[in-house]
Amino acid sequence: MRSDVTEYELSAPATLQEMLSLLAAEPGKYTPIAGGTELMVALGVGRLQSRSLLSLQHFQELRFLREEDGHVVIGANTTFTDLRRSALIAEHLPLLAQSASWTGAIANQNRGTLGGNIVNASPAADNPPVLLVYGASITLISASGMRTLDYNDFHLGYKKTQLRADELVHSVRIPLAYQGYRQYIRKVGTRNALAISKIALAGIARTEGTRIAEIRLGAASLTDRPIRCLAAEKALTGASLAADSLEATLQAGRAALAMEAKPIDDIRSTARYRSAVAENLLEEFLRSLAE
Amino acid sequence: MEELIDGIGASPLRKEGRAKVLGAARYIDDLSLPDMWHGATVRSTIARGRIRNLHFGNEIDWSEYTVVSARDIPGLNTVAHLTNDHPCLASEYINHPDEPILLLAHPSKTALHHALKAITIEYDEYPGVFTIEESEQAVAAQDAERIIWDGSQWNATANCFKTYTMYSGEGEEVEAGLSRAFEEADYIVEGEYSTGAQEQLYIENNGVIAECFRDENGDVESVCVQGSMQCPYYLVHALELVFNLPEEKCRVIQVETGGAFGGKEDFPSVIGSHAALLAMKSGHPVKLVYDRAEDMAATTKRHPSRTRLRTAVSREGKLLGAEISVAIDGGAYSTLSPVVLSRATIHAPGPYHWPFLRVKSKAMATNVPPHGAFRGFGAPQSLFGLERHMDKIAKTIGISPEELRRKNFLATGDYTATGQPLVEEVDMQKLLTRALREASYHEKIARYAEENKTSPIKRGVGFAAFMHGTGFTGSGERRLNSQVHLELLPDGRPQILVSSTEFGQGTNTILCQAAASALHLPYDLVTIAQPDTSRVPNSGPTVASRTAMIVGKLVQRASEQMLHTLSSFAALPENHTSQQFLEAARRYLAEHGTLRESVRYEPPTKIYWDDELYRGDAYPGYAWAVYVAEVAVDTRTYSATVTRFDALQEVGRVMHPVLAKGQIEGGVAQGIGYALYEKCVWKNGHMANNQMTNYIMPTSADLPPIHVHFEEVPSIHGPNGAKGIGELPMDGPAPAILNAIENATGISFNAIPLLPEDIFERVHSLGHPHGGSRELDPNTDRDTRVEETIA
Amino acid sequence: MSKVQFLLNGQQQSVEVPPMKRLLDVLREDLRLTGTKEGCGEGECGACAVLMNGELVNSCLIPALQAEGTRLCTIEGVSTDGHLHPIQQCFLERGGAQCGICTPGMILATHQLLDKYPNPTMEQIQEGLGGNLCRCTGYMRIFESVQEAAALNPLAGK
Repeated sequence: MRSDVTEYELSAPATLQEMLSLLAAEPGKYTPIAGGTELMVALGVGRLQSRSLLSLQHFQELRFLREEDGHVVIGANTTFTDLRRSALIAEHLPLLAQSASWTGAIANQNRGTLGGNIVNASPAADNPPVLLVYGASITLISASGMRTLDYNDFHLGYKKTQLRADELVHSVRIPLAYQGYRQYIRKVGTRNALAISKIALAGIARTEGTRIAEIRLGAASLTDRPIRCLAAEKALTGASLAADSLEATLQAGRAALAMEAKPIDDIRSTARYRSAVAENLLEEFLRSLAE
Repeated sequence: MEELIDGIGASPLRKEGRAKVLGAARYIDDLSLPDMWHGATVRSTIARGRIRNLHFGNEIDWSEYTVVSARDIPGLNTVAHLTNDHPCLASEYINHPDEPILLLAHPSKTALHHALKAITIEYDEYPGVFTIEESEQAVAAQDAERIIWDGSQWNATANCFKTYTMYSGEGEEVEAGLSRAFEEADYIVEGEYSTGAQEQLYIENNGVIAECFRDENGDVESVCVQGSMQCPYYLVHALELVFNLPEEKCRVIQVETGGAFGGKEDFPSVIGSHAALLAMKSGHPVKLVYDRAEDMAATTKRHPSRTRLRTAVSREGKLLGAEISVAIDGGAYSTLSPVVLSRATIHAPGPYHWPFLRVKSKAMATNVPPHGAFRGFGAPQSLFGLERHMDKIAKTIGISPEELRRKNFLATGDYTATGQPLVEEVDMQKLLTRALREASYHEKIARYAEENKTSPIKRGVGFAAFMHGTGFTGSGERRLNSQVHLELLPDGRPQILVSSTEFGQGTNTILCQAAASALHLPYDLVTIAQPDTSRVPNSGPTVASRTAMIVGKLVQRASEQMLHTLSSFAALPENHTSQQFLEAARRYLAEHGTLRESVRYEPPTKIYWDDELYRGDAYPGYAWAVYVAEVAVDTRTYSATVTRFDALQEVGRVMHPVLAKGQIEGGVAQGIGYALYEKCVWKNGHMANNQMTNYIMPTSADLPPIHVHFEEVPSIHGPNGAKGIGELPMDGPAPAILNAIENATGISFNAIPLLPEDIFERVHSLGHPHGGSRELDPNTDRDTRVEETIA
Repeated sequence: MSKVQFLLNGQQQSVEVPPMKRLLDVLREDLRLTGTKEGCGEGECGACAVLMNGELVNSCLIPALQAEGTRLCTIEGVSTDGHLHPIQQCFLERGGAQCGICTPGMILATHQLLDKYPNPTMEQIQEGLGGNLCRCTGYMRIFESVQEAAALNPLAGK
C-alpha cells in the first residue's frame, strides 16, 4: 500500500441526482468510483491522482439489464457477473457473455462494472470490441440531461473518450438483431485466467451463399483505443468465400487489417506479434465462415 | 502394540494444517509487538555509480524518524554469505538498481511513504554490464570502466565470482582422451542453451520484526529477529557480523512462512539485518515487510545461465566425450553463486556415462540485484542444456531420443562423472520404460505425427531424464555438522528440536513421522518445537533437498537413542503401547528432571570428496527421474501449452504420499512456468515487470493434469529409506517441454522462457534462409548443423 | 473519517475509518482479523478474498465506505465453534494447503464455487479458482480438495 488513505475523500451521495449535481458544480473535482477494480489498484501503487472520489456503486437504478424495443439495455453498474448470469445475454449476445467471463477472475467480475470498463478506456479492455461489433449506443447522463452517442464515436484516443467531467455513463443499448449472424471472439492473453489481452478480436458476419454480405470486426490492443476494423470490414464486404477465391479473400482481409493495425511494443508483447496474430485470428474467423 | 496407522508411508494430517485452513496461522505480518515501529528502505534508482549527495526534503519533520545509514552499523557493513563483498547498506558505491542505501523507521507506515518521496539522491553514474556476455566482453577487452567487481581481494578474478573445472578422471588423461574422442567420433554435435531469471514468487513477501536490547550502560547487548525464513542460523551469522555480537546474543525465530522456494534462504540475512539496525537506532521493535513490487524488484531470483556443449558421438549412439561450459549470471555480489555454480557443474553431465568429460563453469558479475537460491539451485539450468542437447544428438545421428539415452544411462555399479560409485540401485532403463508407458508416449508420437499434417494445432511429446543430488554438495554435510535434539515434554510426549523450518513443504510433518516411526508412537503424540535459535540446535539450513534424508535420519537416530534410554531405564517392552511409553517418560522425568537426546551428523565413512580436484562422492544420494511432457502449439497464436504431464521419480521410500505428490506437482508447475510463462523483463538491471499482473505465473487454468508416479527403492541414507524430493521436480519440466515442442513443430528452441512472441519470431525468421514459409512442418529440420567427421 | 457498519461473520460491526481505507486493512488492522492475507495489493492473487453479500471479492480493492451495510464473511467465519467446515477439512486431508498463505482466499473461492456449482466440472473448478494464485501446490491437491468437498456437499448431485 503506497498511498496515504487519509489524503483521499470518498463519499456516497444519497441519490444519483445529488451525485450529478456535485459533478456539475465542480467539473473535474471528483472521480466517480464503481467497483474499484481499477482505481483501487492505482491507489495501492500510489498513483491515484484524484483526491476526491464519489461512489456510485450503490445506485441500483444503474444496475439493470432489460429488453426494450428490440434492444438490450444494460445499466452502467451492471457487473460482469450480472452479464454472465443473464439468459438474455447468453442467448442473444454470446460474445458479450464471453468477454465478460474474460474480464479478470471471479472476484473482479463480482465487482467490476461494464460502465467502469468503458470509461477506463484501456486499449486492452475486454468488452469494448464486443460492444463495437454489436453496434451499441451509449447513453451519458449529467445534471443537464441525457445524451446518446454511437459507441463507435465514443473512444477518441489513448484513454480519451467523449465523456465530460460532469457526466456518468448511464447505459449501453444493443440491438437484438444478430440472429443468423456468425459470431467469433478470441482473446490472446498472457495466460488463461487473470490475463490482460495481448490482442483480441471480435467479429460478426452474415453470409449470403458464399458471399460475405456483412461483416463487423472489433479489436483490443491493436491501436491506442478499442477499434472497429473498418478497413478490413470494407475489404471483406461482398467478398467470396468460395473455395477458389477463399485465399484471395483471406489475403485481402489480412492486408486491410495490417493497414489499420497500429499496435505497440510493451511489457506484455510486441507490435509485430500483435499484428500477425490479429491477422491470424481474422483468418480463423473467415475460414470458419467458409465451412 | 497399537497399529501405527500414521507411520512412514501413510499420510497423516499436516502438523500445522489445521491452523492454516482456519486462517489462524500467524505469519509475520499478522504479528505486532508493543510500541512497534515500521521500517522502509531507500533504494538506488541507478544500476551503477557513486553517491554524490543525499538530500532530505524539508517538507518532512525528520526528527520523528529514525534514519539508518552505513555509518550506523556497529560491526561490519556486510551481509554474511561465502564472501563479504555484499554490503548491508551501500555507503558510497552503487552496484545494482534497488540497492539499499538508507533505512527509515516511524511509528506510522503511512508516514514512511511521505518520507521516501522526500529523499533525493544524486549520483555520478558509471556504465553497467547487464548480461553474462557483456560481463565477459568487459574482461576480454580489459575495459577497466566495465570491470564492475574486482575479484583480487576475494581470491577471484575480475567480473568473475567463481570458476570450476571438473574432469571425469585425472585431468591430463581426460584431455588426451577428449582429443582422441573428438578425432574418432562419427559425429560432433554442438549446442548452446540459455535460461532466464525466475522469481520465486512466494505469495507471502519477505518480512521480519526485529528487537534490540541494551545493557545498563546503554550498549547493545543482544538482538532478536523473527520472521519469514528458511535458515534461522544463516541470519544469526549475518547478525553476528553486522552487530559484532557473539552467536548467543543473536536470536532468530522463524514464524509461519508463506512459501520460500529458496527465496528466503539467503535474503532474510539482508532484511533481518536491516530491521535489527532500525530497532537498534530507534529503540523500538521494528517491523519491515516488503510489498510485492519491492519484493520482486529488490530480492533474489534464479540465476540466468548459458550452457554450451560440444559432444563426440559414435554412429551407434555411444557418447564418447563432452566438453561442457556453464556460465551463470550472479548479479552484483557473490552471495551464493559459488555453490549454485557447483551444483550446476556437477549436474551438467546428467544421468549418463561419459568416457571423457570436462565441465568448465563460471559465475559472472553483472549490475542486477544479486541472484540467489531457487529450488534446483543451478541444476535446472545445466540440465536444461543437457537434456535439450541429448535430443539434438539423437536427431543428428538419426536415432530416437529414447534409444540414445538407453545406450548411455548410468547404472548400478557405474561411476558418475566425479568418480562416485553408484552403490545403491539405479535403474534408469526401468524408469524410462515406465514413464513412457504411463504417458502413452509411443502411441502419441505416432498419432500426432499423423494429426499434425492437417491440424492448425501441432501436438507433440518429449521427455527428460535426470537426477538430483540430495543434501549439501561434497564435504558440505560434513562441514555443516548438523545437530538434532529430542526432548520430553512434561507430559511425556517427545518434542523434536531442530532449526529445520516448515514453509509448506512438510518439514514438521515428515520429521514427526520419522520420530513416531522410530519411537513406535502414534504420529499425533510427537511434537516439534518452533525454530528459535535460543532453544533449537543448528540442524543446518532448510535447503538442498536435505531435510527428509539428512535431518530425518538424525531425528530417527535421536529417537532410537531415546527409546534405548527409556528401555534401559524402565524396561519398556519392545512393542510398547503409547501409554507405556508416556508412563516411562514421566517416570524418567520425575527422576532425572529432563531428558534430551542429542545427535550429530556422522558421515557414512565411505563418503569422500576432494574439493581441490573436484572429485569424489558429490552427494550422499541421488533421486532419479524421467518426466514426460505433452504439448500443443497453436499456429495461429504461436502459443505452446502443456496438455499433460507425467512425472516419474525414484526418491527412495516415499514418507508421506500426499505431501510428496504435492511437492512434485508444485515443482512441475514452477517448471512449466519457468519454461513457458515466467519472464523477468529487465531495464538497465531493474526488473520492469515487478507486479503479479505482468510477471506471469501459471494460474489454475494454465496447468495440465500432472500425473505423479513413484518408484520406491529405499536408500541407506535416509530415515526408513527416504531420499530428498524438494528440488528434483524443478529440473525436468523445461527440457521435457521444449523437447515436446520440437517434436510438435520440428523447430528446436534452445532458450527459456519460451513465450509466444519468441515462437512467432522464430517461425518468421525461419522463412528467410529456407525459402520462406509460414508453415510449421515438423518433418523439416531447420536447426541442426552437423559437423560430420565421416569422410 | 467515516463510520462504516457491516455484518461480519454474523456479528454487527462498526468502525470509524478513512473512507478510502482498504477493506483488507480494516479487517486486519482495525478488527484484528489476520486470516485475510495480502499477497499483491492489486487484485491479482486472491489471498485477500472474502465473501461480500455471498459473493467473492478481493478486499484489497474495496474502499471501506463501500462495505457499508454489507454482509461479510472472512476465513474466521467459515468454521463454527472450532469445527472445520467440510471445505476446510478436505483441504487439510487432501494436501490443499501447503504454506497456507493462499489457503484462506482459496477456501472462500471454493465456497463461492460450490454455491454456484455444487457438482463442478474440472473446467468450472479451474475457472472458479483462477483468481487465486498458489505457488506451492501446482493446484492439483487443491482441485482434489474441492472435488472431495463437492462430494460431501449435500447439495451436490441435485
